[in-house]
Amino acid sequence: MKRRAFNPDVDVRPWKGGHSPYDILKEGTIAVLAILVLTLTLAAVFGSPDEHAVTLQNWSKADPVDFATTAFTELNGTSETATYGQPYNSQSGYVQNIGPLHLQKWVGVHQAINTTQDFVIGPLESQVNQPSLTAALQQWRSASSQQRAQWMNSYANADAKMTYVSGSVVVPTTNAGPVSEFVNELTTMARSGALDQALLGGKTYYTTNLTKPLMFLADGGWFATLADTQHLTGDQWGMMNETGSYPGQAWLWLYTFWYQIPPFNTSANADALVWGTMMILSAGLLLVPFIPGIRSIPRKSKVYRLIWREHYQRQEH
Amino acid sequence: MSSTEIERQWTTRVRKNVVRALPPDKLLPDTQPTYVSSWIYVFGVLTMASLGVVIATGCVLAIFGPQWWHVSTLGHFINSMHLWSVEFFFFTMIVHLWGKYFMAAWRGGRQLIWMTGVVTFLASIAAGFTGYVSQTNFDSQWIATQAKDGINATGAGAFFNVLNFGQMLMWHIVLLPITVGIITALHVLMVRKKGVVPPFDDSPVTEDSSDGVTA
Repeated sequence: MKRRAFNPDVDVRPWKGGHSPYDILKEGTIAVLAILVLTLTLAAVFGSPDEHAVTLQNWSKADPVDFATTAFTELNGTSETATYGQPYNSQSGYVQNIGPLHLQKWVGVHQAINTTQDFVIGPLESQVNQPSLTAALQQWRSASSQQRAQWMNSYANADAKMTYVSGSVVVPTTNAGPVSEFVNELTTMARSGALDQALLGGKTYYTTNLTKPLMFLADGGWFATLADTQHLTGDQWGMMNETGSYPGQAWLWLYTFWYQIPPFNTSANADALVWGTMMILSAGLLLVPFIPGIRSIPRKSKVYRLIWREHYQRQEH
Repeated sequence: MSSTEIERQWTTRVRKNVVRALPPDKLLPDTQPTYVSSWIYVFGVLTMASLGVVIATGCVLAIFGPQWWHVSTLGHFINSMHLWSVEFFFFTMIVHLWGKYFMAAWRGGRQLIWMTGVVTFLASIAAGFTGYVSQTNFDSQWIATQAKDGINATGAGAFFNVLNFGQMLMWHIVLLPITVGIITALHVLMVRKKGVVPPFDDSPVTEDSSDGVTA
């Protein structure tokens, strides 16, 4: 069998020195007790954050104009969700790639969302005993796509002047067909809490999938404003934080760091680039023992002499 | 049944291999080499201890369900313990990881110990993340809606939907804890089998004194 040269970054010499007593169970027990005491203390002193989840009802009551404006973008297909792309639909607004790798596009649509139908028309159709809404829905269904586009253009041209007065969304336009009725009724529905339930509804009674209400919520400006006040937005080191003054997921610092610097913070492919970078770095960390140079740093830096200083002191005497 | 037949049984073979690889004095040692004398060694066992508290508090939260801690003072306290034990778990694990890096703890055929440690670290990040999006509060709403873009960009969002609370909770309380638990157990057993990596030998290298370098 061929012998290869001793590599101090890979090989070790057998330990021929002494041994000292070691009570592994006692050490483990003390460690558990220490962590338990520290955890109990910090839990008692600092607790944990619990900012209540927000709803479409909260949003439409706190900022009805922002809600109604967003609802219109869901109807006319210009919201973030409507233009997102895979895995929600076949648009391309938020589809990313790394060079020739179009992974997001290749996997296709798996949580299909048609914002016009799923966020607006569908929930409105679930409302009963509302003759004017029923008539508006009938008008919408019987209109051509060109007619619908004209109504929505008229509404879009006027919605910058939208106000919320005496429980109604008011937009100064007379050529928007049933659109004004839709936006107003959806806002009323949201303020009653019915829209939250309508968006949760699926093909079965039980559901734990919150994709639709969360996507709708994230399309508006109100949700981001709340996050901004809680220092949770991307330029505030985003999701590694949590509400209140708590450490959050501090271990995500490197992941979040890339979003703060060029070229990531100016790229339309920022997420794909950051994830690609982190996957390469993670693979590098996994393979450190096999990477020449990187695996030599511990020996060359001599930090080990600090770690094993008692051992080396004994050797020197 | 002849003794040869017994020797050939799967059970007999596995038992003998396990006992050979991990005899009781290696599995539960009562001595250790004298070089194992530094505060840095404490962080490995503290990581394990923190993981124990994370699992225990998580189990209490699981008994009463994901909404309990919002409406119960005791539940909130258990959640706080869960949170802080997770913070300790990551802190001690990262110090342990850096300590092992500067010891070059993969030497002497210990590469798999390093690699299982890194996989545990990465799986723990996923476990922590799915915990944050399963809190059923504003944090989980915001973190999920932001994180979806990164995960969608990799293509994984089609199957790993961070906006699906039920799916995230299952990953958090079943799949990832099992993964972290199994890999951690393998990691510890390998450490027990191979022993703690010895210090760098600062004396001049001679080929005759080398160990484990035949190929």
